[in-house]
Amino acid sequence: MRGAGPVALSPRTALALAGFVAIMVVLPFIANDYIVSVLVVVLFSAYFGQSWNIITGFTGQLSLGHALYVGLGAYTSAALFVHFDLSPWLGMPAGMAVAAIAGSLIAALSFRFRVGGVYFALLTIAFSEFVRILFDHFKWVGATEGLFLPVANLAHDDPLHLRGSPTMFYYFLLALTLGVLGLSHLLLNRRVGYYWQAIREDEEAAQALGIDVFRCKVMAMALSAALTALGGGFLAFYDNNLYPDTAFSLGRSIEIITAPIIGGLGTLFGPILGAFLLTSLGETMTNLTSGWEIAGLKQWFYGAALLLIVALLPSGIWPWLRRVIGLEESGR
Amino acid sequence: MSAAPILEVRGLSKRFRGLQAVDGVSFSVPKGSIVALIGPNGAGKTTTFNLIAGAIRPDSGSVLLDGADVTGLRPDQACHAGIGRTFQLVKPFGALSVLQNVMVGALHATGNMREAREASWAILERLGLAERAETPAKSLTLPERKRLETARALATRPKILLLDEVMAGLRPTEIDQMVRAFADLTRETGISILLTEHVMRAVMALSHHIVVLHHGQKICEGAPEQVSRDPQVLECYLGHAPAGA
Repeated sequence: MRGAGPVALSPRTALALAGFVAIMVVLPFIANDYIVSVLVVVLFSAYFGQSWNIITGFTGQLSLGHALYVGLGAYTSAALFVHFDLSPWLGMPAGMAVAAIAGSLIAALSFRFRVGGVYFALLTIAFSEFVRILFDHFKWVGATEGLFLPVANLAHDDPLHLRGSPTMFYYFLLALTLGVLGLSHLLLNRRVGYYWQAIREDEEAAQALGIDVFRCKVMAMALSAALTALGGGFLAFYDNNLYPDTAFSLGRSIEIITAPIIGGLGTLFGPILGAFLLTSLGETMTNLTSGWEIAGLKQWFYGAALLLIVALLPSGIWPWLRRVIGLEESGR
Repeated sequence: MSAAPILEVRGLSKRFRGLQAVDGVSFSVPKGSIVALIGPNGAGKTTTFNLIAGAIRPDSGSVLLDGADVTGLRPDQACHAGIGRTFQLVKPFGALSVLQNVMVGALHATGNMREAREASWAILERLGLAERAETPAKSLTLPERKRLETARALATRPKILLLDEVMAGLRPTEIDQMVRAFADLTRETGISILLTEHVMRAVMALSHHIVVLHHGQKICEGAPEQVSRDPQVLECYLGHAPAGA
């Protein structure tokens, strides 16, 4: 073990990862349109969960307002496209920059004044709500009327303008998800990842070991926000419509955090596994309860299933599953 | 005591509400030596450590490291200046392995992961933690956690190491092991150590010089054999105890 760097994967883990990637690449060829559209939802959920995992899972700072960065990324790229015909490939980096700045400001403001824990979480909600209300009155992006992208011509995909079929989005999101998986693995095995985890485990000890805690936390927030905003850009071009109430909704913030918590907070594969489980659970519940005319039955089952998972496996499903099938990873 | 001091503390004072925790304490640690800061519970030892390492700011007084003023620096800046410290109430990074814990410290000294890993292994071997390297820190015993504190601080390559009761809870043979490890450490690396310890066996065996605190004030300092005979020291340790106590 001594010589082996943790960046290198064991053959077993590499094989499992290759198998997962292969299945994901092949799936759209064998699955029907409904399955592909569900898988797009899974990948959005996985990607947002992974991005949030950086600030909360790795660095230990609870953000409950990540819808803010989804919304900023979505609105920036969509507005630039609608008003200036700017390619989303330029609009999305712009959205990432906007979100990174917003995230850094919120983090800097909180951490400079030693706001932490639940108070930091409340502050993230407050800022997200504040921006939502701001956008309700932001005429240039349609205010409460919403912002609409021209409907896609589905005859053939146009990746250059992000107009196309769910399958095209599926592959883009798969690439994003695998990209963040790789990025997270890399960062966790670098100095910055060690520092983030040290801060998560004990801030005072981290600082005594020479870590500039403030700077590290702001960096984690900026990266997490920027990646979330990139997903928001894709979401805007997938949904074709944007409303402040949905883009910045508190419900979305909660959805973002559920998959990684169920899958395994602070792990690499947990958010992806959680997204698969939760989305398929939600779909199954919808199908199961569709014959019954009882309001809220789906939510009731969904809630009960979540409760069960959290009660039985409080640190998430992946840390347990990983031990069962004998895989290792650099997350906790 | 002829060597230039690596650490010099001048008139350090800190008041908490009504309590004068540290009251005008001055002493110095010569380069490459081991100095012990002793005294009964509540004497102000840990507060003095916190003042030196930047965890709290002094009301007055100054701290000089290698001649440079480091008074009132943030803890990370103090570490950067060359002060490595351990916590009496241990603070392991529980979810990380023992090796990763030490690497966090080592990464302060080098950005190269391989170098950090090798340096950390060397430190774990020196402190007898190598066989626990892959264990999550949260499953260590308390004495092991204390050693991990030391290993982590040492990994930042400090000029001076502040050890806050790292031998508490150790068995006598383990204490002798640690004493040997620290003696070797100063001899081989030239590092200076300031320690607080209730284990007198370790204090007497290790220290070149002892500073005694009582109620926040320095009441005595000198060589171990000198301090152990000082009437004031005996009084504050044994008190005016009734016969038979």
